[in-house]
Amino acid sequence: MAEKLPEHPDFLWHNPDPKPSYDAIIVGGGGHGLATAYFLAKNHGMTNIAVLEKGWLAGGNMARNTTIIRSNYLWDESAAMYEHALKLWETLPEELEYDFLFSQRGVMNLAHTLGDVRESMRRVGANQLNGVDAEWLDPKQVKELCPILNISDNIRYPVMGATYQPRAGIAKHDHVAWAFARKCDELGVDIIQNCEVTGFVKDGNRVTGVKTTRGTINTEKVGLCAAGHSSVLAEMAGFRLPIQSHPLQALVSELHEPVHPTVVMSNHVHVYVSQAHKGELVMGAGVDSYNGYGQRGSFHVIEHQMAAAVELFPIFARAHVLRTWGGVVDTTLDASPIVGTTPVENMFVNCGWGTGGFKGTPSAGYTFAHTIATGTPHELNAPFALERFETGALIDEHGAAAVAH
Amino acid sequence: MLLISCPNCGSRDETEFHYGGQAHVPYPENPDELTDRQWAEFLFYRDNTKGSFAERWLHSTGCRQWFNMLRDTVTYDIQAIYPMGAPRPVPDAGEPADFGTASLAPDSTTTGTTGPSVASTDLGPAEPAATAPKGAMK
Ligand SMILES: Cc1cc2nc3c(=O)[nH]c(=O)nc-3n(C[C@H](O)[C@H](O)[C@H](O)COP(=O)(O)OP(=O)(O)OC[C@H]3O[C@@H](n4cnc5c(N)ncnc54)[C@H](O)[C@@H]3O)c2cc1C
Repeated sequence: MAEKLPEHPDFLWHNPDPKPSYDAIIVGGGGHGLATAYFLAKNHGMTNIAVLEKGWLAGGNMARNTTIIRSNYLWDESAAMYEHALKLWETLPEELEYDFLFSQRGVMNLAHTLGDVRESMRRVGANQLNGVDAEWLDPKQVKELCPILNISDNIRYPVMGATYQPRAGIAKHDHVAWAFARKCDELGVDIIQNCEVTGFVKDGNRVTGVKTTRGTINTEKVGLCAAGHSSVLAEMAGFRLPIQSHPLQALVSELHEPVHPTVVMSNHVHVYVSQAHKGELVMGAGVDSYNGYGQRGSFHVIEHQMAAAVELFPIFARAHVLRTWGGVVDTTLDASPIVGTTPVENMFVNCGWGTGGFKGTPSAGYTFAHTIATGTPHELNAPFALERFETGALIDEHGAAAVAH
Repeated sequence: MLLISCPNCGSRDETEFHYGGQAHVPYPENPDELTDRQWAEFLFYRDNTKGSFAERWLHSTGCRQWFNMLRDTVTYDIQAIYPMGAPRPVPDAGEPADFGTASLAPDSTTTGTTGPSVASTDLGPAEPAATAPKGAMK
């Protein structure tokens, strides 16, 4: 048998030892850290940089998310940020020379109450004004687009319509990470796995190095991309973040023939469902209520989302749960990310993407790289500054953005 | 699922409870005098501890009383349960994270040794501190 196996494919990146010093260090080798390093190298010519990852590349939320990509957020600041990301998703496969199966199969956000209907129509209007593709569908149109959805009046929360973004969709998350990692490596970025950051070296209020399980490394600048662990790193650096880390779970069924043509999300009954390229039904819902760093949550959360899914999609009643898992998501009180400067000089932070940062990966990387390279935010991420919690200029996407995934 | 020992009702499933976030965050004494920074801290900043965390829970479908809990946010082990208003318990050096034991029987009240600084006050009679069994995930 063994001789019949194909050759091992080329490795996509190397595993260098850390150098004594870099121009910039990115902490966290998830999607955001890798995208940031890529844009630092590509857009700003900073190639003497490293991504430090405590575990293996993209083993955090990047490998655990349900890959929904959309840009139909309510507020101008968010629409600009997420639409910028969506446009990059459309061009990145070519730019990175890697087909990570970005499938623009559309995303539907269901409305189940009159309140939902009004909010949804308002969001469609706001999206259209911001140049984001968005439509309102009545229940019959919902059924035409997704025939397996139950639109009868006989369920607890009947479907009263939906918003629809045709350009939205899903992609293969691990391939996205590998695509960025390979390009980073080609551009000379050091990707260093099994290297946990355990502290920072500071000169007064200026960061000058990072302490790691593989020794102390000097650096001009530090960019934090640690998602659920952002608070832990900020504490090491001596500042606080308005973040709470929660478990967020998801599940997949066994493989099925293609039955589900789009992505359906319901904020009200709280489940969202798509069918992965291979055929698994992929489902998720909201966070576990308690704070948690355990990468697991409580089973009743899974039970609840499956009940909602079976009510909306009676055909799923015979499907089985194959696997459930959890990640650690970094939530903010306005459900918007924080991308910008910190109280520590030469240290920058990208966090707070919570339950919905996969879709933002390209813009997070693009704007955060700009912020690190120039020391000031890009116009897209300027509103997402840490200071907004002090000035009150919140970007409140809670509810406004339908389910925040 | 967490199995939580309500100080009044005994061990119940997590689904009966409501999470209240970080404990021991008092309302500012002189609200008029706070700076924007201090308001931001009060409104939006909470500890996000990795490890032993003091937090509030409400037994919403039971006695509807609030209480505090010391819980490890990595293992989810419940380390202590103590009344609102009581100070955060300091585990014994020798016996970290164990302030008592709870019976596994669904409706039992709790028994067991109480940690030194677990106050028993407004949450009911003589049973001050309760913990769920270690690793009380269902
Ligand atoms: C179940 C689930 C479903 C989701 N569904 C969606 C969705 O459908 N759509 C969407 O847009 N978003 C979704 N998200 C959110 C999305 O996954 C995250 O917002 C996004 O992945 C966060 O950015 P990241 O990829 O860089 O994070 P991560 O991949 O978590 O990267 C952070 C990295 O930092 C590392 N790290 C932490 N501390 C240290 C340290 N001290 N030293 C070195 N490294 C460290 C971690 O090991 C980790 O690899 C979901 C998340 C989960 C958990």
